[in-house]
Amino acid sequence: MSKTKSFKGGRVIPGFGLSFGITIAMLSILILIPLASVLFQSFRLSPKEFFEIVTMPNVLYAFATSIGCALIAALINCFFGVILAWVLVRYEFPGKRIMDGMIELPFCLPTAVAGITLSKMYSTKGEIGGPLYEWFGIKISYTHIGLIVALVFIGIPFVVRAIQPVLEKLDSQYEEAAYILGAKKLTTFYRVILPELKPALLTGFGLAFARGIGEYGSVIYISGNNEKEHTQVISYIIMQKLNYLEYESATAIALIMLIISFLLLLFINIVQIRQSRRVSNV
Amino acid sequence: MAYLNGDERKELAVKTTRRSKPVVKWILISVSALFIFFMLILPLISVIVNSLKEGFDFYFKSISTEYVRAALLVTLLATVITVIVNTFFGIMASWLLTKFSFKGKQFLATLIDIPFSISPVIAGLAYIMTFGRSGWAKPVVDFINSTFGTDIKIVFAIPGVVLATIFVTFPFISRELIPVLNAEGTDEEEAASLMGANGWTIFKRVTFPHMKWALIYGIILCTARALGEFGAVNALSKTRGETFTLPLEIDALYLAGSADSITASFAVSSILVIIAVIVLILRNIFEHKSKAM
Repeated sequence: MSKTKSFKGGRVIPGFGLSFGITIAMLSILILIPLASVLFQSFRLSPKEFFEIVTMPNVLYAFATSIGCALIAALINCFFGVILAWVLVRYEFPGKRIMDGMIELPFCLPTAVAGITLSKMYSTKGEIGGPLYEWFGIKISYTHIGLIVALVFIGIPFVVRAIQPVLEKLDSQYEEAAYILGAKKLTTFYRVILPELKPALLTGFGLAFARGIGEYGSVIYISGNNEKEHTQVISYIIMQKLNYLEYESATAIALIMLIISFLLLLFINIVQIRQSRRVSNV
Repeated sequence: MAYLNGDERKELAVKTTRRSKPVVKWILISVSALFIFFMLILPLISVIVNSLKEGFDFYFKSISTEYVRAALLVTLLATVITVIVNTFFGIMASWLLTKFSFKGKQFLATLIDIPFSISPVIAGLAYIMTFGRSGWAKPVVDFINSTFGTDIKIVFAIPGVVLATIFVTFPFISRELIPVLNAEGTDEEEAASLMGANGWTIFKRVTFPHMKWALIYGIILCTARALGEFGAVNALSKTRGETFTLPLEIDALYLAGSADSITASFAVSSILVIIAVIVLILRNIFEHKSKAM
């Protein structure tokens, strides 16, 4: 008996062939083949042309802006994400369920709506931006700070939802042990709780970061897209090239972005596999 | 996410509350409440306030223009098709990834998640590169059109809008189903199969009851995202009043720049905000239902 046959014979549940075929077919037609076209179109460029396009100053600045702002926003989200998850898992207080539900708002709210609203709120005449500008002279809309605000808004649910289940499962007897042995609350948190949360925190960070780099709808209004002030994001540059029918440039830049997001996705997946291994070993 | 049931959760929360100093607890709760208020609740209030700036008459007038009505129809059409396609895919993919083990499974799961981490603009670009003027699938579409006498356009037409919406929300339903089916394992399906049930019966009687709430929640989330998709559709849709969706209409009104049109764009936004809030409430109900099971 051949190896594959005995392997196949091990499956008791029906439907492997059917579900495998449909999954692969739909995935290929809808996602993989269109993405492969981007790859092939960019191969039409010679390496020199490709290099020239992706190293144009405005493209490089856009990459720096997108990656830098997404990184800062993801770090801010990690800080608040841990606090929010901790509060939502460990404390009982009135309004907890509403707070828990609100976390997912950025998932449900259309990005364009979030974009125009944040941009108006944080402008120098807006509800929050107005007082900040009058009292401290800080401008938020149409600057990098505005960009970061929008990315914090978009990314917060990724971090909270990644940490929450792990924190729920975390056995409180280790904390109790640390506490009884005389560790301070802060020490307990750094030495006992944080190491346990690390994989989940990395996953949440990776997801928020990846989303932030490619974000379009929520950032294009608040960023102001000013070339001189380097507030253009990379998605905006691609859209601009598309509107000017410069398809070669658009695909070249898109290819770099595809590589970045694929690497991030791989990183997240490795973290998750390690995490599940660790959990199943316990 | 269903690691603990309701009572265990409460117990954990109470235990921690009892042990920790109330000062720390209330500082952390206040920080969280302030964050949620400023980052999430204030924007919601702001949309509603901005949309009603010119009074109710203006509000109703601006949400019932020709453009908005046309955009609403396109949005609904795209959303319905997207949800049907993605639900079908979600069930198939989650069945495949949770009931069987095979080589490359993890890689396949990563591929399915691609749309999560890709800029929506790239999704739009990908379809232009496939079906657009220089795309390799353009001759295929032309051939179909000339043999059957049809006039199918994909890019800058409704099919493109639908495809872009499907792309962006592709993994949403499978993502909700996979953890639930993983937690459930394969014992029950194996037993049913050994007792002679066929695939459809196993799915209907054994698997479906387990994933019912997760599926409903996934469909709701997918609907919300499909209604609000902007970046991908923006690349593929250029005609206002014909292929524009609601978010594109909001964009057009906002960029028109006059005070009136900005108020109108917030009025149209308020429709989507109301839908988002309804989704959040439904989500909360279904999540508690699935945990209670």
